[in-house]
Amino acid sequence: MIDNDILERVLAEGLRTGADFAEVFASDWRGTGVGLDDGKVEQLSTGRNRGAGIRVIAGETTGFAHTADLSEAGLMAAARVAAEAARQGGGGIKVVALTTQAARIVSPIKIDPSTIGKAAKVDLLRRVDDAARSAGGAITQVSAGYSDGRTRIVIANSDGLVARDERVRTLLRVSAVANGDAGMQTGFDSLGHTMGFELFDKVQVEDVARAAAGRALTKLKARPAPSGSLPVVIKAGSGGVLFHEACGHGLEADLVAKGASVYRGKVGELVASPLVTLVDDGTMTHEWGAIAIDDEGHPSQYNVLIENGILTDYMWDYLRARKEGRPQSGNGRRQSYKDLPMVRMTNTYVLNGEENPADIIKDTAHGVYVAHLGGGSVNTATGDFVFGMTEAYLIENGEITEPLREGNLIGNGPQVLRDIDRLGNDFAMGNPGTCGKDGQGVPVGDGQPTLRVKSMTIGGTAS
Amino acid sequence: MSSPDRSAELLVIAERVVAMAAPGEQVEAYVSRGLSTEIRVYQGEVEHFVSAQSESIGIRVIRDGRTGTSSCGTLDASEIAEVLAEARDNLGYGEPDEWAGLAEPDGVAVVPQSLWNDSLERTTTQRKIELAKSLEKLTLAGDARIRVDDSNYSDAAGEAAVATTTGIRVAGRENGCYLSVGTLADDGNETQTGFGFAVGRNVDELDIERAAREAVDRATRLLGATKPDSRRVTVVLDPFVTAQFLSIIGGTLNGESVVKGRSLFAHRMGETVANTLLTLVDDPTNPLAYTATDIDGEGLAARRNVLIQDGVLSKFVQSSYSARRMGLPTTGNGSRGGSGARCLALQILPGTRSQAEIVAGIDDGILIQQVQGLHSGVNSVSGDFSTGAAGLLIKNGTLGAPVREFTIASTLQRMLLDIAEVGGDLEWLPMSATGVSLVIHDVTMSGA
Repeated sequence: MIDNDILERVLAEGLRTGADFAEVFASDWRGTGVGLDDGKVEQLSTGRNRGAGIRVIAGETTGFAHTADLSEAGLMAAARVAAEAARQGGGGIKVVALTTQAARIVSPIKIDPSTIGKAAKVDLLRRVDDAARSAGGAITQVSAGYSDGRTRIVIANSDGLVARDERVRTLLRVSAVANGDAGMQTGFDSLGHTMGFELFDKVQVEDVARAAAGRALTKLKARPAPSGSLPVVIKAGSGGVLFHEACGHGLEADLVAKGASVYRGKVGELVASPLVTLVDDGTMTHEWGAIAIDDEGHPSQYNVLIENGILTDYMWDYLRARKEGRPQSGNGRRQSYKDLPMVRMTNTYVLNGEENPADIIKDTAHGVYVAHLGGGSVNTATGDFVFGMTEAYLIENGEITEPLREGNLIGNGPQVLRDIDRLGNDFAMGNPGTCGKDGQGVPVGDGQPTLRVKSMTIGGTAS
Repeated sequence: MSSPDRSAELLVIAERVVAMAAPGEQVEAYVSRGLSTEIRVYQGEVEHFVSAQSESIGIRVIRDGRTGTSSCGTLDASEIAEVLAEARDNLGYGEPDEWAGLAEPDGVAVVPQSLWNDSLERTTTQRKIELAKSLEKLTLAGDARIRVDDSNYSDAAGEAAVATTTGIRVAGRENGCYLSVGTLADDGNETQTGFGFAVGRNVDELDIERAAREAVDRATRLLGATKPDSRRVTVVLDPFVTAQFLSIIGGTLNGESVVKGRSLFAHRMGETVANTLLTLVDDPTNPLAYTATDIDGEGLAARRNVLIQDGVLSKFVQSSYSARRMGLPTTGNGSRGGSGARCLALQILPGTRSQAEIVAGIDDGILIQQVQGLHSGVNSVSGDFSTGAAGLLIKNGTLGAPVREFTIASTLQRMLLDIAEVGGDLEWLPMSATGVSLVIHDVTMSGA
């Protein structure tokens, strides 16, 4: 995309006002999106977005400018703006010599989606529509989306790093509406991986469609969720977002450094049930949050955050690692070339426990079984979080019984981590997610085995 | 001194694309360019300074009821030709939709808005940095228990133009600035968070004192909060909370959702859907609204629409597509690129009493000052809602102890009917809905 000699000159321009670090992040994204709604393939859209963000750090100040003009003149102009923004006085000329890093492949791509005809992508959605509507006569509406994107990236910085990467992601989303006597209900499911079109050789899109339709149909018979505190059993692969919200965000070093995390100063302490070992793993091949290098050029890593309940480390980007004089952890990510990198999660998951999941349900006299979760959010400073149950059932006398209508679960992160009292041996990854922070969204994955929290507040309406 | 309005240049680009339409084709081009600044201050120093420039073009082509779109993040002539070719190619894969089509000029006059302020352009970088620094300082001075995790100044200027083969030709520009501060309050046992903000078309309109005061208040008032017991209560929603609910309710009063069988109000036109106290309007022509605008995303005049009149459902907002499909006139609520209809500036017509007067009349209730997880807790198709909340207990007409870590739940349908009073404290907020205190009976609170 951009030659090393141009990168070197642009970085030198960034350092001209006396800054101590300069970085170029350039990306070129091409993607296709198809939407089906109301029985029709509505529109097929394609897009291209390329440009570069230039970051210059002088002392405590970061200057950042971006441009859609990837010519040397365009990059130089952006570098001057960034350098001016970060200016701390001084000045001088520094020479940057780049060393290209060996290419690293975490998620090998077999079929680049851009080589697949648009008709094949449209066909996937027709199959989804058929399968969802065939799932039951009460299904009255289906919408589905297919999207793929390929991003080529080059990152270079004044420490001499230059790294290149290519990322391919493919995503299918299905949402169904069922209509019954008590009104409408919705069901959703999705499938997304850091892989090419071969994704659909492995998974039948009909299964995704039926899962979405099934959720909507199940809820037609649902009763209002309980109101109050109860034990909650979370099915494998459906509750990783709990850990993402309840503690993941609080382990991001930028929030910790500003004292905006309940986990500040807790490394080495017991912060969770000893059953819990929590990992953030950018190297997990083909998962939605997998990356070969982070958006600062650092190789992705397998980072243990909590081991047997003890907090072992936070997640780090360049800036926070530099301030603390420690290595980065491959968690510096950004939404696009228009954004500054921050500490972000990749694939965050809880390792397997030892129990048979059926025993966990059997030993729960009265509680809620959560089979699918929607989104959530957390206040990292207090640890208070919420997330939505999009498929849940009552547990009565050790058995899963009636389906429940939607409601939020609410809790406090540190408390819930301590309250995990059962952990299954059936680990599974969950749906692809987009994690939002400071206005930027990045793809993330999560996962966990079946587990039980001994008490959580369920925000339903039934007493 | 005023900087030249260059949106006319964008209109030329858009018209050039439209002129390339082949016989039988409808073509729409949406061209935009933006410039923004974002300054973050931490502990008296600039933590980051972002200067951003962007441009983009989106092209929609419709032929024989089939639609194709394509977009690109640059305005290079060679790229634009490629975008048009892609959009044309893409339409071959869509299925014919007899209602597909671009908006047609409908003769409704544009209500001009003053969306541009020259003085913002002349504001120096130094002044912007000083604003963020003084907001941080002022906030810290507000209370000894307060820390500030970031203090931000940002501004944005955007120019845009839309041209279509159906005869729409519009161009305009707008700018504005924004201050925000995030706070943490510590009392030795726990930490709570808050935020404050100020918006304006120029920096002199920014109410920095109020932003600092609210950021301090939001964080400190929750210190010592406990988890309440589960029960049914009367809630008073703070204006900021009401506005968030309005945005969700607005999403259900949408012609696109109606024609696609996703609106819980689909067959309720003319029926009572809310307490008679409620009149809900969408009025982007009101210059006080943060999202005031003169045109919608399809280039038609923005207009005032009454959606619920005295509790009776009276109108859905429409894009040109949903209006055509329902056999109704459009309401000027189309989104850019034909991607649906949406409310632009929602407002509940206010009542008369202040929040303090309202609270004085409540024996047992909760003032809800913040909600968390609305996006995951509200299903706008079924109407079920459940959201995390925090606020103050109301006992015998007075505000009492802070409470947090509980949810409030009901359905949107019930909640609208259970409205017991609309406050007189209308508040213009930096979002597409306006705030006002709202009293709702019989809401389920889940806590301990």
